[in-house]
Parts: sequence; structure tokens; C-alpha cells
Amino acid sequence: MKNKEKTPKIRKNHGFMKTMRDVFKTPSAKLGGILFALMVIGAVFAPLIAPYSPTQPDYMHVNSAPSALHIFGTDSLGRDIFSRLLYGARYSLTLGIIAAVFGNACGVAVGSIAGFLGGRADNFLMRLCDVWAAIPGTLLSILVSATLGPGFVNTVLALSVAGVPYGARMVRGMTLAERTKEYLEAAETINCPKYRIIFSHLLPNVISPTLVSTTMAIGGTIANAAGLSYLGLGIQPPTPEWGAMLSEGMSVFRSYPHMMIFPGLTIGICVLAINLMGDGVRDAMDPKLRD
Amino acid sequence: MVKYVLKRILWMIFIVLAVAFVIFTVTYLTPGDPAQLLLGDNATKEEVEALRATLGLDKSYFAQLGEFYYKTFIKFDFGTSWYYKVSVTDEMITRLPRTVGMGLASIILANLIGIPLGIKAARKRGKWQDYGVIGASMVLVSLPGFWVAIIFVIIFAFTLNILPSHGIGGIQYYIIPVVVSAIGAAATTARQTRSAMLEVINADFVYTVRAKGQKENIIVRKHIIPNGIMPIITMMGNQCATVVAGSTIMERVFSIPGVGLYLLNGVSYRDYPIIRTTTLFFAIFSAVIILLVDLVYAWLDPRIKAQYSKGRR
Repeated sequence: MKNKEKTPKIRKNHGFMKTMRDVFKTPSAKLGGILFALMVIGAVFAPLIAPYSPTQPDYMHVNSAPSALHIFGTDSLGRDIFSRLLYGARYSLTLGIIAAVFGNACGVAVGSIAGFLGGRADNFLMRLCDVWAAIPGTLLSILVSATLGPGFVNTVLALSVAGVPYGARMVRGMTLAERTKEYLEAAETINCPKYRIIFSHLLPNVISPTLVSTTMAIGGTIANAAGLSYLGLGIQPPTPEWGAMLSEGMSVFRSYPHMMIFPGLTIGICVLAINLMGDGVRDAMDPKLRD
Repeated sequence: MVKYVLKRILWMIFIVLAVAFVIFTVTYLTPGDPAQLLLGDNATKEEVEALRATLGLDKSYFAQLGEFYYKTFIKFDFGTSWYYKVSVTDEMITRLPRTVGMGLASIILANLIGIPLGIKAARKRGKWQDYGVIGASMVLVSLPGFWVAIIFVIIFAFTLNILPSHGIGGIQYYIIPVVVSAIGAAATTARQTRSAMLEVINADFVYTVRAKGQKENIIVRKHIIPNGIMPIITMMGNQCATVVAGSTIMERVFSIPGVGLYLLNGVSYRDYPIIRTTTLFFAIFSAVIILLVDLVYAWLDPRIKAQYSKGRR
């Protein structure tokens, strides 16, 4: 009993906290972490921080340039851009995280099944991925988004679909390397069901590189979501999603450049923060990969 | 080697056929009736039915699929646009050079900027040049491309008034779009070149050459670059496909009537012949690029060459 109580404690000190320390070891990863944390805080406490309502039009202050009253200015309906960006973080961040995680999870599932089963199943799944990857990602997102129509869930699907084959290839490669090891052989010897071998024995050992690619994918996904909104697909105005705000601002950029500059900068800073953290995660996961 | 090339070409043909199937099915499953959309809300039921029949939409899935394959791959007839009523083939012939030219120009420019910077950063690892290159590429990768494009337009077209802001005409119309897509790609190139070079820069053979007293720039030119170039070639292939597919957004920003904009027009009018042809073009383009990269790779990498010349596989 005593032993059982002790083990998790040791794990905590040497596992999670150590990983966190490793991830945020470099100054650039720290900077990324701080910026990302600020964005998350802004999104969570948006109602407390935002000085104005994100949806209530104010026809007295339409298209006003940044001032002390509205630090990022207002849009064509007089809504405060700073407040809208805060609320928009809720949509953009959840969209980016869910789509990246979902896409990579599908990739992990396909890749580990293909790698573990081998033979025909492997051949079939990997050829499928080849075809899948043959359509450039941006294009696939555009097509899927146009097929499914606008909306949050549809946009998540459109954005995640492009990443699946790459995740699958990576995980398959690692599974093949892991396939010959004794612990899997042992699990098979005791007649452990295949799905259980894959999900509880194999996956924990191949999952760490996908953490890196997932983190990196979040940033790319947020940027792609903005691209989709700009093309008139994905999430549409008046939702205060960053991409939708940016595309709203793009149409009047000559007269009111502030309406596109601030959403664009916000997206840029957010993606930068996530990429910096991604580098930190990569360094922590695999010191060999460190440049 | 011939066997390898043939195998790869056959595989590419299969990929293209499979992609055609996927694109056909996706457009087939798209909700909304294209005939209704073309005629507007005031059209009578009979009119819609008649148009469906002329477009061939009333046939079964397999009949339509068969017709699509037959026309596209045997007769090379890409159909007539439903909305614009113009032959898609003709339209593609005028649009293709713009998209491909822009894409290739951006890739060349991106590599001219990115590769030397990446090598420089790797050689000066930990110095200010290195941090400058990593920092700048980090920032440029993170900013949305079309946002950077508009900033460029504001600076060069509206403030300095030296370049046109959008449309097509002489070569000056392509400068901003090409530079903007090149900047994004160059940032990625520089980063990846740097890590590819770092892989070899500390290898044992480099120490040996250096110990031998070889000159530093010869070490870089003859030993480090040839050994580190392989991942960069792969990356160039991937980037070609990404940049050309990304042209959709750039063409929208700059109103350049290329293949990407054509696809977007097709998407907004549910114009299946346009959507199918343009997507197929992008898929074929990236398949050809990937094939070329693999061939160059095989030609450069003695290990792959040996595998086939010994008669294995």
C-alpha cells in the first residue's frame, strides 16, 4: 500500500513538471508560452477584460481610428475591435486546437493501425494516404469547406482533413520501428486483443513526436482558418473569429487600414507564440532534433 | 533505373486517376442543386429539370462518373463551364501560364533568398546572424500571407506609388504577388536549410577535412552542401506544390485571373467542370513535382540507385 502511494508522487516531480521545465527552457519558448498564456487568459476572461460589447453596434463611432477610447479602433458598425479580438480568441483558439488535435488523432489512428497490422491493411491504408496527400492541403480544405458549408464543426473538419495523411505516415514509420520490440511480442503471446495492443501498448510509445507536430499544426491551422474565411468559406462575419474579422477589414483596407492590421497582427502573434512553444516541445521531446 | 522510373510513372498515373475519383465524388455529394443555382429562384420546376438533363445531372452516379473519366482521360475534353458557358480547356490554356509562372518565379526567388541565409545561419550558429535569420523566419512564417500582401500593397502601390496594386498587364503586376509568396516560402526554406546543414556541419568527416587543413569555403562548398542538400531537395518539391496551391489566395488578393481564382469562381457557382478540372490540375502538378523530386533524389542518392541496379524488388 505504501509503495502504491509513493509512486505517483515521484512521477509527478520527475514527469510532468520536468517536462514543463524542459519545454520552457529556452527564452524563445518562454516568450511563446507567455504570449500564448496571455491569449488564453484574454479568451477566457473576455467578458471581464473587454471594454465594450463585441456585437453591439455603436453608430456614433463608426470606422474610427485607434484612440484612447478604442485602442484598436472600431469597425464599420462601430464595434470595438479590441473587444471583438478578445472574444474572437475563443473561436480561433478552440478552432485551431480542436482541428489540429482531431486531424493528428485521425492520423495517429490510421498510421498505427497500418503499421501494426502490416501486409494488405498497411498497403491499402498507405496508398489511400498517398492519394489523400496528392491533393494539396489548402485545396482540400477549400473543397471540403465548400462541400460541407459554413459553420464551426464543418470548418474544423475542413481544416483537419488536410493533416491526416502526414500524421499517418509519421506514426506508421515509428510503429514499424517499434513493431519488432519484445514488449509487443509479449503482449501478443498472452493473446492480448489487437486493438488493445495498439491503443494501450503501442500508442504510448509512439505518441511523443505527434505532440510536436500537433503543437506546430495548431498555428498553421489558425492561419489556414483565416485564409478560408478570407475566401468566403469557413467561419463568416459577423462571428468575431479572427479570420472573419480580417477578411471584413480586407475589403476596406484603403480607407481604414486599422481594421485589417490589428486582426492580422493578432493572428501573427498567436501563430508565432504557438510555433515558439512547438520548438520548445520538440527540444524537450527529442534532444537529438535540437538545432 | 529505367525500371524505377517506369514504376514511379505508373504509380503517378494511378494517383491521378484516384484523385479524379475523389474530386468527382466530393462534387457529386455537394448539397444544393447546381441547376437550381444557375437558374435562380424564379425558375420553374420544368426548367430546372430540363437543365439537369442537359448537364447530365439526372443520370446515375456511376453513369456520370464513367462519362467524366471517359471525357477527361480518353478524349481530354474538360467540358464547358456551366456558368460562363466557355470551354474549360480554352480558359485553362490562358490561365495556366499565369499560375505556373507565378509559382515557379516565387519558388526560385524563395530558394535564392532562403538557402544562402540558411547556410549562413548554420555556419554562424549562435551568433547574431543565426538569431537574425531564425527570428525573421519565425515571424514571417507566422504572419498570414494575404495580410502581408495587403501591407505590401499599401506600402508599394498606394504610398510609394511604384507598382500596380492588382490585376494583370505587364510584368510589374506580378512583382508584389511573387515577392510576397516568395517571402513566406523563403522563411520556411531558410529554417529547414539551417537544420539540414547543422546535421552535417558537425559530422566527423567535416572535422577530418578541417583537420587536414582544407580552406573553410571549400569545406562548405564541396563537403557540407553536397551532403546536406538531400532534405532541401525534398523540401523544394513540397514547397512547389504548396506555393502553387496557395496561389488561390494570392490570386484572390491581387485579382489575377489564374487557375486558383478560376477554382474559386467554380466553387461559388457550383460549376462542376471548373472545380473538377482545376483541382485535377493542382493534383497533377504536385504529382509531377513529387515524381521529379523522387527521380532527382534517386539520381543523386547512390543507395536508391544501387537498390534497383542489383535487381532487387
